[in-house]
Amino acid sequence: MAPDTVIGMTRIDKNPRGADSAVTVRGLVKHYGETKALDGVDLDVREGTVMGVLGPNGAGKTTLVRILSTLLSPDAGQATVAGHDVVRQPRQLRRVIGLTGQYASVDEKLPGWENLYMIGRLLDLPRKDARARADELLERFSLTDAAKRPASTYSGGMRRRLDLAASMIGRPEVLFLDEPTTGLDPRTRNEVWDEVKTMVGDGVTVLLTTQYMEEAEQLASELTVVDRGKVIAGGAIDELKAKVGGRTLRVRPVDPTQLRPLASTLDELGITGLAATTVDTDSGAVLVPILSDEQLTAVVGAVTARGITISSITTELPSLDEVFLSLTGHRASAPQDTTPADTREEVAV
Amino acid sequence: MSATTATTAAVTTADARIPLRGHLRHTGALIRRNLLWIKQDPESMFDALLMPVVFTLLFVYVFGGSIGQALGGGQDGYVQYVIPGMIAMMSMSLSQGVGTGFSQDFNSGVMDRFRSLPIGRGSVLFAKISVELARMLFATTVLMIVAVLVGFDITSWPGLFATVGLSAVFASSIMWVFLTLGVVLKNAQSVQAMGFLVLFPLQFGSSIFAPTNSMPGWLQAFTDYNPLSTLADASRGLMVGGPVAHDLWVTLGWSVAITAVMAPVAIHKFRTKS
Repeated sequence: MAPDTVIGMTRIDKNPRGADSAVTVRGLVKHYGETKALDGVDLDVREGTVMGVLGPNGAGKTTLVRILSTLLSPDAGQATVAGHDVVRQPRQLRRVIGLTGQYASVDEKLPGWENLYMIGRLLDLPRKDARARADELLERFSLTDAAKRPASTYSGGMRRRLDLAASMIGRPEVLFLDEPTTGLDPRTRNEVWDEVKTMVGDGVTVLLTTQYMEEAEQLASELTVVDRGKVIAGGAIDELKAKVGGRTLRVRPVDPTQLRPLASTLDELGITGLAATTVDTDSGAVLVPILSDEQLTAVVGAVTARGITISSITTELPSLDEVFLSLTGHRASAPQDTTPADTREEVAV
Repeated sequence: MSATTATTAAVTTADARIPLRGHLRHTGALIRRNLLWIKQDPESMFDALLMPVVFTLLFVYVFGGSIGQALGGGQDGYVQYVIPGMIAMMSMSLSQGVGTGFSQDFNSGVMDRFRSLPIGRGSVLFAKISVELARMLFATTVLMIVAVLVGFDITSWPGLFATVGLSAVFASSIMWVFLTLGVVLKNAQSVQAMGFLVLFPLQFGSSIFAPTNSMPGWLQAFTDYNPLSTLADASRGLMVGGPVAHDLWVTLGWSVAITAVMAPVAIHKFRTKS
């Protein structure tokens, strides 16, 4: 299970045991009965960077975070966080991590301030320091007004901010964020993103799990894509985006009866992005996956030439499904459909 | 402040152990948390406050007359009979709180927060047990006030304190059972339902509320071995006089046996729960 050692140590990025790597995972395996939640995962997170772990439900993201935060022990493989082994040095490890997510939570019955003060004391801060730290973090996460209210009265976004504050009490070196915005509305999600960006600005190393490409792009510099307990792709987010092939255009005609003519016009352009051009009747738009700005220009030109009035044209990042499709040739853990086509209604009528 | 944190992080060496002071600090912080729960949600004290009142009034005034007559001392005699046993019963019922509390902590994710912090897992346990024992003391105080009001005669203060101590010892052994249930069962409701199933026959199939000599033989066989009977009988001996030694030893024996079996099970389940 020993990782390949680089003797010369000249290429630090090839040597995960160097001072430069905050999280190192080698051959990590975890079974739940017959199910392999993790099936030999390798991962490196460089100090001061944000690693996004992208994958669908059941891919093993949460299992990975739980092992790295010592809540679960692995069946095989090795993992170190800030130089501490997850199995042999759990106590030192717990001192340098912060954890926020679906699982580790604040105490809803306690007021926000009391939650933070308690965690400060559990992290061995003297009373005075624990008090000051609680005040400081409430201020920073804009929760001072709600300091005395039980967390159960907080809105979803406030709860998540309190979660983040709680994981920052001990000034962690490595922060685990397990699906930090799942279940939040878009506005609140943006708030949480802003907070995370601020934390990253302070030099914390972050490992973030998410189901959304958009979230990964907002926060992470590097991405690891996991599926069914295995890493299926990894690298700098820009490289992966290039590999995945860009964006989807959403073109919406003013007159809904123009949907089909518009779709066939765009189909005739012969643009082959990630998937075929499709019609989304629910939102009254035609979706065109594109790979380049030239294709975007061509689409605009074709729409103008045909004389169809459009109310909006927007670009979207590929969805998790499309990412998976282009990386693996199959949809994200969907056993029923392996054809490289979308489930959305096909253009050809 | 940042200096403090930095130092703490720096001194951790390969074999970090938590010093005793650390354990005390952590347990203290968690006790504070449990007390804040009560402050935030005073209704959670209703059981400790009302159960002694309701049960005392119910048994003394509804059943007390006829059972007392059979005992030969009337209602007043029954008060002397039933109150020592009620202390024992109260302790049992309240020890459930350890299990339901743990169950809630696991389900809400708070337990994962604790387990990702550099604290001994025992701190979480001891804090919970301490607070539940304090709740028991509170309930016993309420019970004794009501008891005196309905005519109970405290003949021996040392006997009363010994009874409270013995009940607490036995209750702490039962807490391991509830702790195990709290870790193993899915939610607090299941813990409560299971707790009721365990406690109800033990409480009523005992000498707490009535002497066992009028019960059928098969039931007597059960009640004689029921630790709640021996606990109630020992309490009666201590508080109002009568033989103590045999019941006292049997009760202590049960406490040790239950703790010896259930504490390792509870700790194992607690440590390995994922």
